[in-house]
Amino acid sequence: MTTAEQEALIIRRGLPWWRLLLRDRFATAAALWLLFLAVCFLLGPEFFGKAATTLNLRVRNLPPGSLEHGWLMILGGDALGRSMLARLIVASQNTLTIALSAVIMAMIIGGILGMIAGYMGRGIGHIIMRFADILQSFPSLLLAVVVLYVLEPSVTNLIIVLAITRLPIYLRVTRAEVLEIRERVFVDAARALGGGRYHVLRRHIGPVVAPTLLTILTVDFSIVMLAESSLSFLGIGIQAPEITWGLMVAQGRNYLSQAWWLAFFPGVAIMLATLSGNILSNWLRIVSDPEQRWRLEAPRKNDG
Amino acid sequence: MADAPLLDVDDLWIEFRAGREVVHAVNGVSFRIEPGETAAILGESGSGKSVSLAAVMRLLQIPPAHIPKGTVRFKGMDVLNMPIGEWRQYCGRDISMVFQDALTSLNPVFSVGWQIAELFRTHGVASGREANERAVELLDRVGIPDPAMRAKDYTHQFSGGMRQRVMIAMAIALGPELLIADEPTTALDVTVQAQIMELLSGLRDESDMAMILITHDLGVVADVADTVAVMYAGRVVEQGRVSDVLGRPSHAYTRALLNSVPRARNKGQTLEPITGSPPDLARIPSGCAFHPRCRFATAICRNEAPPRIAVTPGRFAECHHAEMVFNDA
Amino acid sequence: MTLEPDPNDQRPILEVRDLVKYFSVGRSMALRRETAVIKAVDGVSFDLFPGETLGLVGESGCGKSTVARLLLRLDEPTAGTALFHGEDIFAADSRQLKNIRRRLQIIFQDPYASLNPRMTVADIIAEPWVIHPGVVPLEARDERVRTLLENVGLRREHAERHPHEFSGGQRQRIGIARAIALEPEVIICDEPVSALDVSVQAQVINLLMEIQERLGIAYVFIAHDLSVVRHMSHRIAVMYLGRIVEIGTEEEVYNNPRHPYTKALLSAEPSLDFSETREKRQRIILKGEVPSPANPPSGCRFRSRCWKAQDICATQAPQLDGGSHRVACYDPEGSTAPA
Repeated sequence: MTTAEQEALIIRRGLPWWRLLLRDRFATAAALWLLFLAVCFLLGPEFFGKAATTLNLRVRNLPPGSLEHGWLMILGGDALGRSMLARLIVASQNTLTIALSAVIMAMIIGGILGMIAGYMGRGIGHIIMRFADILQSFPSLLLAVVVLYVLEPSVTNLIIVLAITRLPIYLRVTRAEVLEIRERVFVDAARALGGGRYHVLRRHIGPVVAPTLLTILTVDFSIVMLAESSLSFLGIGIQAPEITWGLMVAQGRNYLSQAWWLAFFPGVAIMLATLSGNILSNWLRIVSDPEQRWRLEAPRKNDG
Repeated sequence: MADAPLLDVDDLWIEFRAGREVVHAVNGVSFRIEPGETAAILGESGSGKSVSLAAVMRLLQIPPAHIPKGTVRFKGMDVLNMPIGEWRQYCGRDISMVFQDALTSLNPVFSVGWQIAELFRTHGVASGREANERAVELLDRVGIPDPAMRAKDYTHQFSGGMRQRVMIAMAIALGPELLIADEPTTALDVTVQAQIMELLSGLRDESDMAMILITHDLGVVADVADTVAVMYAGRVVEQGRVSDVLGRPSHAYTRALLNSVPRARNKGQTLEPITGSPPDLARIPSGCAFHPRCRFATAICRNEAPPRIAVTPGRFAECHHAEMVFNDA
Repeated sequence: MTLEPDPNDQRPILEVRDLVKYFSVGRSMALRRETAVIKAVDGVSFDLFPGETLGLVGESGCGKSTVARLLLRLDEPTAGTALFHGEDIFAADSRQLKNIRRRLQIIFQDPYASLNPRMTVADIIAEPWVIHPGVVPLEARDERVRTLLENVGLRREHAERHPHEFSGGQRQRIGIARAIALEPEVIICDEPVSALDVSVQAQVINLLMEIQERLGIAYVFIAHDLSVVRHMSHRIAVMYLGRIVEIGTEEEVYNNPRHPYTKALLSAEPSLDFSETREKRQRIILKGEVPSPANPPSGCRFRSRCWKAQDICATQAPQLDGGSHRVACYDPEGSTAPA
């Protein structure tokens, strides 16, 4: 190629992903917070399990902010005098397990069904869509209540129920995207090369649909956490002595006027987790799209 | 014919500011159109041809466009500095423009006949029934069959070529002295292109209307235009009568363009593509903008902007090696 | 540079017979149900011989792009057969079809849409080998990709880049590299240069011709630009509203057009020959526009714009006559005597 051709090409060096992460300060903060949550998830029950269950009636409903009774009580004490901080850390495990499992299950099953509905032919597409219609026409909470009332409210059942109620969204979105993408010329090109349906779905349609689904997943994450807290409030979610942030919010509702921190801090924990998820998924979406990546790769203003 | 040119563009510079980058779309363009003349502005994408004429019609958004230098005179009046309200009176009436994509240029909500009649109404030329009748007459003149019926139709009910005719009808409705057509045939089929070119030629012959045809199609230039200005990287690099410029070019770019187009070559002669790609207008090469792709280029082409050489009276080329190109048959 | 195909190999690679494709577009407006049928391709037949280029020319609505899609079986035909080395493409099962697609490839018109923006150039070019394992072993693929890039006039380093970093002409080259990765016998070129700038078109045309000479690939070259088609083709078929109206060698069709439409098409092309003055050139300007394929004229579809239409043209569609230079017309132009 001539030099003119070279001039026309933008010379770009591929930056490693962590450099791209550092370029986005919000994404870095989000990643760090999620990392912290991951540590809580893994080590929380081990190190803080005792503190989370130790009753101390002398510090019942202790307001936050003082280190008088030890650093563990910095966020205050709950109705039974247990350390809020410790409980939050320990509860992270159940909360994240339930929420993540539910949304990931919904995404995978919904995504697969959506791809089948969008690509594998009209007949089966219709059947799957009617199935989604049926699922969606039940008020999700009502469905959860009914199912959990019939079966016992264990963590596994809770996950399954929550996943089922979220499934239709992933299904519909996936199908809509697939219907649009399959008309694109590069899909035709793959078929013309001899690619079968499976190949096309895996290599072309899937990678285009995945970022959208991940974005939905992060939003869904918070919805599921709140849904779980509603169920706990109704008494059919997590049962004590198991604990989640949602259950803490539910339990703290009764004490809002006297001890607002009982519901406040778990609520903040939920909010921070979902916010970090949203921010990080946004970053991920930009990084995974070669056409958008320049936003992070472009030299900063201070560079020459 | 009058001595003063109808349109006089003098040393026009236009740039676009996008963030930190400045795109130099037009870099010192000058040309004149005499009354009754049919001129073509020939260039590929990025040559600045459309932007220049958009500036003449004052259609550019300022910002991001910016006109640091240059004057445009239409019938002696300073166009760029005129209050926009005043200029709008001339638009459609004395000077008008036809665009490439008729579908997006015409209003889809009103019938075609209504839109044309509206022109008469707003300019106070006719109203009511007379306006409608003249609209139908106009549709007939541009070759739309069954004009009375079709005047009631909407834009989307016309095919590509018919829409183009409607646009042309609207452009000539008030009898302008200058018609600017921006790629009028690019989106059309070959046989329909021929029809539209025939229509434009006919209109030119019937009236004293001057025309500017903006195009990248050498064939269109050869067919309809009297004179041609070849543009590259925002400058007019060659200008003159069509038969001269295309028959015997004196700028390396024109020469290269002719060598690369199958139409101009006989079968069996290899095409000589122009190496490289059109320049990035934010980073225009030094000296002569075409030098990185030019087979006649020497050191001076890289260092110095080429002077405007009068090859023959009325014919210019901006090339250090104009004579060599001219003689390279 | 010679353009002659091998005269010893007389059996056609591709035999298309009576290809038909109707699209039904249903519109139900309240209680009335109207189904429009778009007769995009209505009986197209032609042969393609090894190593040659058959140009397929026509304006919008003539069905040429539909023919391309049908030959690759991206759409199913309504009727007709297409024999590739004697095997019917439309009757093939998925395994046979995959095998056929190995040897019959396509280059698309839109260089911006035909490459997956999320894949690297290397992935794009190597995809044919992923679909057809066994053609190129895994270890050799990286090197083959880079060689192919060089063959199409790009650089080895471009393999890691993504499509959006390239210009239209370069993307088309990538598409060409992908199409020749399996070294097919036939490539359908669906308007490969229409979307490119004039000066870039020549580069791509030269590349295609060079590849043909080196690899002996036969092309079906679809375009609306007569001058480009002429440059590339040995034989030319002219299409109008879903039918082939004339077919012959490039010389026959250009120097002695027999169908009125071909004649009009040729004369509508502006020429850059300044030896004849503008006034002297006899231009045939057709009246009207191409009718909609949903509602084509009865009999000969060109009759609504033909200056010598007769009664019989409305009642019965003319068929292609015999010989090497064939035309579908009751009153063909010119003499049929050899020049």
